[in-house]
Amino acid sequence: MNTRALITQIGPPLFFFAFFVLSWYALVEFFDIPPYLLPGPPRVAEAVSTHADRLIDAALLTAMGALSGFALSFAFGFAVALLFSQSRIIERGLYPYAIFLQTVPIVAIAPLIVLWIGYGLQGVVAVSFIISLFPIIANTTAGLTQVDPRLLDLFAMNNANRWHVLFKLRVPNAVPNMLTGARISSGLSVIGAIVGEFFAGYGTDDFGLGYLIIQTSGQAKTDYLFACILFCTLLGLAIFSAVGLVSNRLLRRWGGE
Amino acid sequence: MGASKMTDPLVIASGVGKEFPGGVQALTAVDLTIERGQFTAIVGPSGCGKSTFLRLVAGLDEHTSGTLSVDGDAPLEARRRRGDLAYVFQDATLLPWRSVRRNVALPLELRQQSDEARIDEVLATVGLSEFADAIPAQLSGGMRMRVSIARALVTQPGLLLLDEPFGALDEITRQRLNEELLRLWERDGWTGIFITHNVYEAAFLADRVLVMSARPGRIVADIAIPFEHPRDADLRHQPPFAELAREISEQLERAHS
Repeated sequence: MNTRALITQIGPPLFFFAFFVLSWYALVEFFDIPPYLLPGPPRVAEAVSTHADRLIDAALLTAMGALSGFALSFAFGFAVALLFSQSRIIERGLYPYAIFLQTVPIVAIAPLIVLWIGYGLQGVVAVSFIISLFPIIANTTAGLTQVDPRLLDLFAMNNANRWHVLFKLRVPNAVPNMLTGARISSGLSVIGAIVGEFFAGYGTDDFGLGYLIIQTSGQAKTDYLFACILFCTLLGLAIFSAVGLVSNRLLRRWGGE
Repeated sequence: MGASKMTDPLVIASGVGKEFPGGVQALTAVDLTIERGQFTAIVGPSGCGKSTFLRLVAGLDEHTSGTLSVDGDAPLEARRRRGDLAYVFQDATLLPWRSVRRNVALPLELRQQSDEARIDEVLATVGLSEFADAIPAQLSGGMRMRVSIARALVTQPGLLLLDEPFGALDEITRQRLNEELLRLWERDGWTGIFITHNVYEAAFLADRVLVMSARPGRIVADIAIPFEHPRDADLRHQPPFAELAREISEQLERAHS
């Protein structure tokens, strides 16, 4: 029964993965596409195994940048949302500027951030932080302010003070929204870290996937570039799934009436 | 009016009106006196403002004309000073992320108290001891309403305001909860104001039934319910009960037009 459930869970995506890889292979072989344009799956696999050590190191460093950026977004975004929930005036005054975080093209300001914050990890974390901040602010603020008015009445009937309303009602009410925000942000934080690394690369000894992408594309090592992209995808997937797993677990409590 | 010859009024309304912003007149000139320890039901067509009146007594809304006092004070002050008003909402209005036990504990927590023995006692009173660790999503509508009542009773309220608490339940569950509520009142002797549009419920529970007119609401009839306590389920099948219910119905019909 359990293995059956597992098969129906991962069977379909696995099938389409196999289909995709085979079509890709067939395409490359049939049209005789040169490897510097589109390498076939075996070449990419070979690049992965040849450069495995460097790829893993790079992925770990990028993961560190992304997770640090994400953690900062979560903490800072939560604090900002708490502030917004306490004052309509502050919310109205600052929310438009929070939207700015969402709309500004990150590639355009990343060089500036690196210039200000400095090269290396801190620059990468800063870019990752900025791109992943808005979903946390927006979702948490919504959860903190959109509380069932009858629950507010209930707290009023018990003469609850402001802090009780905040920490016993608004914050727990916002948990599902915070988790939604976290899921979106976790994916963005990986993108932010990679974009950050385009500009804030660490140098030739210590580097992340973003730096490696710039390097390999510059040298037309397309199979290696594909391996980098594969690792970026896997990293994003890993972080996204980890956050998803934690949130599903927590949300069981919040199942809703 | 008939039952107002007693001596110890808790709620006094004189010419109370409520106009909502935008000019909707919910109540006009409500005059009534509610004695301490009395169980009063207010019936009226839907939308007549009976819930609005209850919110005024609770200090959750402010009246716009006339005078309204609870225990000699304005409602809000009375609520803050006494700290023993409880309100039971139309829906159970539970915190979905808390267990039954933690939901019942909430009013104590908000008063910086903890009394696990008292929580056990009220859970037993409403027959939910076995479900103490369940979360609201796992309960039926009737059970959630029981939790809501347990939560209202946990602080031993002096004034219990019930806003159509059983309106969403099926008839059998409603009758059973009526009997339980009545037993609690007979035992503890709080003052009760019960909003409903069900004349049988009103006649079964109350010492006195006030009939409200269609909006803008005002009191159009004051009917004493002389049945002895303790009352039991059998009362519903007796001719005098049917007679009184019919009288309330007639008044209600007149109030509609």
